[in-house]
Parts: sequence; structure tokens; C-alpha cells
Amino acid sequence: MKKMPAIAVVLLAAIAACGKTYAQQMNVLDEGAVDVLMRAAFPKSRGEWLSRLKGDETMRACSNSKGAPSAEAGRAIGARERATIRYPSDGKLMGDWRRGEQLAQSGYGLRFTDDPATRATGGNCYACHQLTKQEVSFGTLGPSLLEYGKIRGFSEAAAKTVYEKIYNPQATAPCSLMPRFGANVVLTIEQIKDIVALIMSPESPVNRP
Amino acid sequence: MNSSRKRICAAALVVGLSLTAAAEAQQSGDAIERELETYRSMLKADPWSNPGMLDVDRGEALWKTPAGPKNVSLEGCDLGLGAGKVDGAFARLPRYFADGDRVMDVETRILWCMEKLQGFDRLKLITRPHPAAGMPVRDLGGIATFVASRSNGQPFKAAFTEPREREALALGETLFYRRSGPMDFACSTCHADSGKRIRLQALPVFSKPEEARNSVGQWPAYRVSTAHVMTTQHRIYDCLWQMRLPEVELGSEVSVALISYLVKQAEGGEINVPGIKR
Repeated sequence: MKKMPAIAVVLLAAIAACGKTYAQQMNVLDEGAVDVLMRAAFPKSRGEWLSRLKGDETMRACSNSKGAPSAEAGRAIGARERATIRYPSDGKLMGDWRRGEQLAQSGYGLRFTDDPATRATGGNCYACHQLTKQEVSFGTLGPSLLEYGKIRGFSEAAAKTVYEKIYNPQATAPCSLMPRFGANVVLTIEQIKDIVALIMSPESPVNRP
Repeated sequence: MNSSRKRICAAALVVGLSLTAAAEAQQSGDAIERELETYRSMLKADPWSNPGMLDVDRGEALWKTPAGPKNVSLEGCDLGLGAGKVDGAFARLPRYFADGDRVMDVETRILWCMEKLQGFDRLKLITRPHPAAGMPVRDLGGIATFVASRSNGQPFKAAFTEPREREALALGETLFYRRSGPMDFACSTCHADSGKRIRLQALPVFSKPEEARNSVGQWPAYRVSTAHVMTTQHRIYDCLWQMRLPEVELGSEVSVALISYLVKQAEGGEINVPGIKR
């Protein structure tokens, strides 16, 4: 093989360096240092709020890979997150779709100005998903769920998939953008059942456009 | 190919691209955004119709008027180009300041000057530093809006050559992708994929220079929904609140690092403040 001219080597190295990110260039950002800076930036944090800054093993794996974990890391996340899923004690996966619609509309809860005694935490589904024809103000970070149950034939298996997806989306999609509503106790099991009903009930506006 | 045919081909390409863009804009159904764009161009034609200009004026008066326990003006404040030099200073921020031994954005620097030169109590300045809806931007934010406006028309050109500046960039990038809080949110959850929105609100993607330039160059901005000027530190504070994190401190290393990362992504983009937002 012909030897590459020195200038070409330098140029290639320079191009490769340009592609590197600031964090790679610095190579100084160990997780401990970032934790200390986070702690200092939010001086009013107490109790449960402190753990919000730190994050768990799954969050760290997703942060460090910029949301694209290796196949192996993805399998580890999937296994860990699958183990968190708890099912309703009465065995019923669907609650009331009307309450589910209210939860899908509400983005209230868990912010430092919110009061859980005044108002329950919502699921805020419409922030990212289209669900019903009636609601035109919907986001597009997640896929459209219009006619979701109808398309899947209202099967029990599909309802279970929806329940699991809301409870912990990372069980099947590692580093999903969607919150782990059940695993992180953002929503209760009863609230998740109501949202499953919104998506899977034949009477729901999701399936009756 | 002769030159007239070249021109026709180029014109066809331009028309084709704009038709595609128009079709996409229509498909997204974002009529509100289009109306806002018209509003923005009208404001650009007549800058004095922008309510945020009132705070630029107020900020200028605050900058020049002696205040604080030491009763001095901020004209002794060095924004990076020498004491009292305001024109073009914002375009070169954030940067490392040896006197404070840290990287500062415009608001952190003004905070520093208000404390060190004018003798204000820093803790008082950083307690409830941002206005509630319907209330005007606080003095510090008004001054920052004035200072930023004095770089209008200039491109973002912060150097980021000092080691501490490189560190701030690296931290900012790390934080941009760092998940935290009960919802697993990172900045990248909403700002890493093009053409997405929350409800009807379009989301800028800061990894794309053209989108970063267009967005970052408008801050501080007048926000129609809350009827006040919102500063960059306030914008970051609001994002972190929505991410269900605790209250971030104005001028913290974390907020300065995030602003450094955004400004670097917007490098070369034109500054045009106060912008106008929903």
C-alpha cells in the first residue's frame, strides 16, 4: 500500500477532530463532577428533589450514549425496566376512558409550583401524541395513536402492550423519549388503567372518529 | 450548459424548494407560527413597535444611573471589552473573566458587577430573579436586554478558546443530553429532532446550526403570552421547571454552561433582540 502524504494524514486527523464533540475534546466530565455541579446549581433542593438531579442507572446509560445505547446496553436496560412493571391487582387493564381523556389533557404535577393536594398529576399525552379527532392541539414527538384500538382489533394482548408501554416504555424501547409513568410513580395504576381505556375502549373517541 | 439555461435551472430549483417548504409548512398546519412570522417581519420594519424596546430603554437608564449601597453606575462594569464598553460586548459572551475566575454569560456578568461595583446583595438579586406573568422583567434582566441589543446585527462570535471556556462548552453539551427528574427528560428529549412540536408549539433543534442561529439570536425576547421580556437565564429556568427539576440558580455554572453550548451552536448567527415569542 502506498504511503499517505503527511499533509493528508494531518488533514484527515483535523477532520476527525472537527467531528469530535466538546465533551470528547475535554475528557474532563466524569459523572461525579457533573453531580457536584448539578447539586450546586439547584441550592434549594431538599429530600426527594435531590434524587431528581442524580438519575438512576438507566438514565445514566441513556445520557452517556446520547439516547442511542449499544445493543448490549439496550438489552440490559430492557431487562432491568421490564422487572419494574406491576399489574393491577384485580386483573383488569382498562378503567374509565372519560377519566383517561382528562389525564391525557392535563400537564399538571411534579413541578416545584404544583401542589398534589390541589390537583392530581396528569399524563399530558396530547403534548406528544395525536389521540382523538376532536383535539387538534397535539404534539408530534410521539406517534399518532388515532384509532389505535380499532386498528389492533381491541384485543386483550394489545391492551396489555399499551398498559406496559405507559407503565415503562423502556422495557421494550430502551432510552425511549417517553416517561416511565408507572415505574417512576408519576401516575398510579388506576390512572394508567384509565389511559389504557382511552386508547383501547371501542367507545373511546380515539376509536370513534 | 449556457448561462441562461443555468439561470432557469437555478430558478426552477429555488421555486421547487420553496414549493416543497410551503407544502410542508401547510401540512404542519402551523398557522399560528406563520402569523407570528408576519408579526416578526413587521416588528423588524419598525423596531419601536416591539414592547420589549421599553425595557431596552429602561435597561440603558439603569446602566447609566448611580445605584446600590456604593451609589455608582454600571459604566465601570467590564463586559469583556473594557470598562463601560457595551457595543459588541454581548456578541462575544459567554467568556472567561479573570476577576471572577469563571465563565459568565451576560446576566451572570451584570449580576457580578451589581454585587462588586454597586454593592448590591447577591442573594437578594438571585431570589425570585424572574418576573411572574404580566410583570415586567426585573432590573438585571432589563439591563441584560439593553446590553444584548447593543450587539444587534452582529454575529455570535464568542471565542471559547480559554480552557475554562472549553470546559463550559463540554459541560453544556453533557447537560444537554443528560436525563434527570421523574419524567426522564433531557434538553435533547424535545430539541434533538427536526419538525417536532409540543401541542402546537414548534421546537428548535439546537444540534442544527441554522435552527440554533434563528432561535438563540432572538433572546432575550418579548413573550406575548406572559407580556414581558424573558431573558435567556429565565428561558433555561422555565425549561428546567417544566422538566420537573428544582429551582435553578441564576448564574449557576449549569445555566452558564447550557447557554455557552447554545451560543456555540448558534455561532455566526445574527443577534436581533429583543425577539418576539408566542
